[in-house]
Amino acid sequence: MTGATTRPLAAPDAALPPVVNPWLAALRLLLADKLALVAAGFLLLMALCAIFGPALLGQPANAMNLRMRNAPPFDLENGWLFILGADALGRSILARIVVASQNTLSVAAASVASAMVVGCLLGLIAGYLGGWLGGLIMRLADVIMSFPSLLLAVIVLYMLEPRVANLVLVLAITRIPIYLRTTRAEVLEIRERMFVQAARVMGASSPRIIVRHILPIVVPTLITIGTLDFAFVMLAESALSFLGIGIQPPEITWGLMVAQGRGYLSQAWWLAFWPGVAIILTTMSLNLLSAWLRTATDPMQRWRLEQGGRRPEWRSGG
Amino acid sequence: MGNFIGKRSLSSAIALAGLVILVFFLARLTGDPTNLYLPLDASLEARADFRERHGFADPLIEQFGRFVVDVLHLDFGESIRKARPALEVVLEAFPWTLRLAALTMAIVLVLAILIGSIAAYRPGGVFDRLSSIISLAGASAPDFWVAIVGILVLSVSLGWLPTSGVGTPWHWVLPVGVLIIRPFGLILQVVRGAMITALSSAYVKTARAKGVRQRAIIFVHALRNAMLPVITVAGDQAAGILNGAVVVETIFGFPGIGKLMIDSILQRDFAVIQAAILVTAIAIFLMNLLIDIAYAMLDPRIRHG
Repeated sequence: MTGATTRPLAAPDAALPPVVNPWLAALRLLLADKLALVAAGFLLLMALCAIFGPALLGQPANAMNLRMRNAPPFDLENGWLFILGADALGRSILARIVVASQNTLSVAAASVASAMVVGCLLGLIAGYLGGWLGGLIMRLADVIMSFPSLLLAVIVLYMLEPRVANLVLVLAITRIPIYLRTTRAEVLEIRERMFVQAARVMGASSPRIIVRHILPIVVPTLITIGTLDFAFVMLAESALSFLGIGIQPPEITWGLMVAQGRGYLSQAWWLAFWPGVAIILTTMSLNLLSAWLRTATDPMQRWRLEQGGRRPEWRSGG
Repeated sequence: MGNFIGKRSLSSAIALAGLVILVFFLARLTGDPTNLYLPLDASLEARADFRERHGFADPLIEQFGRFVVDVLHLDFGESIRKARPALEVVLEAFPWTLRLAALTMAIVLVLAILIGSIAAYRPGGVFDRLSSIISLAGASAPDFWVAIVGILVLSVSLGWLPTSGVGTPWHWVLPVGVLIIRPFGLILQVVRGAMITALSSAYVKTARAKGVRQRAIIFVHALRNAMLPVITVAGDQAAGILNGAVVVETIFGFPGIGKLMIDSILQRDFAVIQAAILVTAIAIFLMNLLIDIAYAMLDPRIRHG
């Protein structure tokens, strides 16, 4: 036992910092960054659209109305559903965007979540156990990373049929190395730290050390990367669907809507335009939120948010 | 140095071999090209003859053995689609993509280094905020959508630029303009971060104390040290374009390697897929080698060997 134990063990309550609800603390940090707050609000709205959209607007999204073919946007006479115009079959674009959010977001969420879980597990094995198994895992990650990911997706989606599950599988596989390498690097560093060594000396088992001591440090990093990755995977899925090898009609995603609108570009620009705006706003919100998460989870940077959210003017020389 | 190049070549050759084997079997799993090339009512004999002629009749292992022997003789087989040697088809498309990648990266690097350095000089300033918004938007925009809107505004509405092809310099404006966006946003952030670190280091303070001019401090002293991470990311992005800017090349009808690859996969033209992957992989290997040599030239502390 070293120097730090001079403090009396039975300290009065006042000496301890007040217990704060971590969610409340996170909310206060979020309120400090206006841009991140707007981004989080928008993502919440999109999540609600993805969950409830198909139930609420599924019917107008598929109702064809040839009188409304390629109806222009901002024409309130047709009702608020047609504020963004109508597509080539007279279906409301707004309703279709809301309904498509379910496929778009759930494919990205499922891909990122499974890549994160598998990558984290393999990373823990490679970092904590090492040995020939760890070496094998790292070589496998190298192979995945050296393979052009879009090409891999194209080939696999041709081999299997382009279903949602296969799309998730392909996107997840290409993203696993990111989480794997991050986890392994963190584990290699953390397991040498004093508190892990202390836990081991006190007889803690390997599973306990991993779950109680290593994971709590690794997970915030992975979630921050995951937010950024979510945007990347969404763009990748959109590109695949745009090329016609992602999700197939009658299912819709935003990327597929852009592809379908491409043929009507000269007569009705709004068909391809609005789904793209939905993609940009969502990925931009994710990028903003990820930047906020990076600051909020970094003890060295958090003060920027705690001090009223003003970004201090720090000159290069300081 | 020679030792280093030898070691790198060996490990890359192993990875390359793995890649080729993977592609060979994955491609063949996508289906039988016979049904695609012969009419629906083709007789069984005609089908058998087609398979025989293109060597799809033998067991997979035998096909693979023949493929390996042929590749070692630099023979990549024949393109079914074009009835010409596959390597010839690939080497025709590759220079187009190479030019596209070189032009894009040159513009990206010049812009990102200039703007990133100025932004890093006053972090938090107007210029810095403006550049971070630009790079954020660039990282968020789907390239196929930007390409379509670009065509819509600049080609369809205004009629300034052609929509597809490669005839004149004007044909290059839209593809390069779209390809620039994402690497620019990314590299701008890297330049800014590296320059902030470099500008707050001791040797910059020394230079400032000696009275070196501001411009020389930024673009000579700091920039040289900030270049290492920039080169890493730039190489990564260039590799991405070389691997086939599939989306952009498809939209703009650009006769590069990306369009060739996707067309070949769609048409089950196995020989061309294999040749294209091998050629781009070798090109990317050479580029990475050049990047490592550039490291050593920029930072004499790095010694390969």
